[in-house]
Amino acid sequence: MIEIRELTKKYGSFTALDQLNLSLEEGIVFGFVGSNGAGKSTTFSILATLLSPTSGDALINGKSVVTEPEEVRKQIGYMPDFFGVYDQLKVDEYLDFYGASYGIRAAERKVLIPQLLELVNLTNKRYDYVDLLSRGMKQRLCLARALIHDPKVLILDEPASGLDPRARVEMRDILRDLKSMGKTILISSHILPELAEMCDEIGVIDNGKLIAHGNVATIQAQLQGEKRIVVKVAERLHEVRTFFEEDSMISAIDIVDNRSEIAFNYRGTEADQVALLKKAMLADMPIYALSEEEKDLEDVFMSITKGADSQ
Amino acid sequence: MMERFYNPVLVKELKLRFRSFKSFSGLMFYLSVISIFIAGFLLLTTEFTGKGFFSPDMSFMMFAVLTIVQMALVLFITPSLTAGAISSEREKQTLNILLTTTQSSTQIIIGKLFSSVAFLVLMLVAGLPLYSLVFLFGGVSPSQLVSIFLFYLVTVIAIGSIGVMFSTITKKTIVSMIATYGSIIFLGGITAFFFFLTMAFHQMGSATGASSSFMTYFWASINPGALMLTLISPSIGDALIELTGIELPVWVTYLIVYVLIIVFSLTVAIKKLRPNMKSNR
Ligand SMILES: Nc1ncnc2c1ncn2[C@@H]1O[C@H](COP(=O)(O)OP(=O)(O)OP(=O)(O)O)[C@@H](O)[C@H]1O
Ligand SMILES: [Mg+2]
Repeated sequence: MIEIRELTKKYGSFTALDQLNLSLEEGIVFGFVGSNGAGKSTTFSILATLLSPTSGDALINGKSVVTEPEEVRKQIGYMPDFFGVYDQLKVDEYLDFYGASYGIRAAERKVLIPQLLELVNLTNKRYDYVDLLSRGMKQRLCLARALIHDPKVLILDEPASGLDPRARVEMRDILRDLKSMGKTILISSHILPELAEMCDEIGVIDNGKLIAHGNVATIQAQLQGEKRIVVKVAERLHEVRTFFEEDSMISAIDIVDNRSEIAFNYRGTEADQVALLKKAMLADMPIYALSEEEKDLEDVFMSITKGADSQ
Repeated sequence: MMERFYNPVLVKELKLRFRSFKSFSGLMFYLSVISIFIAGFLLLTTEFTGKGFFSPDMSFMMFAVLTIVQMALVLFITPSLTAGAISSEREKQTLNILLTTTQSSTQIIIGKLFSSVAFLVLMLVAGLPLYSLVFLFGGVSPSQLVSIFLFYLVTVIAIGSIGVMFSTITKKTIVSMIATYGSIIFLGGITAFFFFLTMAFHQMGSATGASSSFMTYFWASINPGALMLTLISPSIGDALIELTGIELPVWVTYLIVYVLIIVFSLTVAIKKLRPNMKSNR
């Protein structure tokens, strides 16, 4: 459905996107994560035909953003990270204008507008002026606008930024509805856990490069690399420590004295881990529990993306 | 109903324009300048002649001055309507969304231009009753009036196109505004200056004949004020022909030059509206 090939964008000598490759199936929700300045908005602007790439191409439903931007515009609904509204225009006139801009007939627009307002819970604001709506309402209105021509692909640049927790949940519910309608959705965010909840696939971008791509579990494993293992020991704490220290796949070993625990980083596979356990049992180590310390997604994200400032 | 010719930007702009207080006050400003001018003129002439009536000569004179004043007003107001056409959308952050719709660049630019032109036409029409007050006293032919209005229209579209072009290629409305007023000062003021300069050279005989007389003619023919004078009183046109030896009526040259300005400005605006992808319309 979406095929990004060697996409590169340079601003002068600064490379904002560096040979980005990405391929997405129809009907999935794709989360695009990265810190400030990573290149999320740049990628989305190119997909939305607002920016021309320095080199490379992106195909949406087989149409190239470089050679057939008119065709691409029919396929996508785009919501920018920052956007404004016209003053002195009412909510239904706002939607009517964009409907007309997509060449939808007046009679059809009349039917469509109440449906869209229903979808984003703005029915009671139909005759209010758009510039007087709250931030969250504008956000939802903008989403309704992006849907007016029934696009196959939705490109949403930080749709949840600036929303309160309730509004975030509402936004997520709306996105779930849209997914069930079969739309392919691309969402960007700085916050990995937020995306993890609603996305099928996640891509992590840092300094213009895609550093990870896959479903949420894969990403976690791929990004984590080393896991931290905690061993609970009944007695002979230091002897156990010496035993583990000899293993080449273990590093950063620590004793948590008061809790008689030993913690270490382990970079072996699951099979290695089985072998290690067996060896410990054979060596008669007094271990009564072994567990993997859960690193939450936030920590993972922090550890892999150093941010754009420290290149 | 006319779906094929429906221009969403045009319709929306008109709707917003007629809702805004700015347009209303603009119209008021225009009408009051014209009224004050006419009232002042009537008062002065009747006072001075002391006759308490108005001769056709006077009426003609007033018509001439009013035409020039109206032209100046139009030149003054047009940039304020068009020089922010695209850049103000950029500043309000509504442009990105507009550009992702399936409207062609041509449609957007034309919609922006025509909504402003429509407003100016409305303004001119609103001034027409005042204008015809002069007409009533005689001294002006209806065909003259029509041609003057047609050339107002050409000028408005040309200045409007320049404004739309600058507002497309500059980031800020204020810069676009300055550039557009700059163009007007060039067309209305600098050309007049050059006209008098070349004429002076010509009369001193220091410049070689043909080229200097051509330049004299050229500067006069692209000046909106000069054009209006030749339309009001054909004898001025004859005088210019005598002076420069070029028989082509001023309005023909004016029309050609201004149509070229329109075509050039709109082409640039349409090309530059969206990023330079391989196909742009
Ligand atoms: N017009 C521009 N000129 C020069 N540099 C730019 C321009 N637009 C973006 N950049 C740079 O490109 C990089 C990527 O920007 P982008 O907006 O894509 O980041 P982002 O991932 O969306 O960040 P954020 O999370 O803050 O929205 C940044 O370093 C930014 O400074
Ligand atoms: Mg961004």
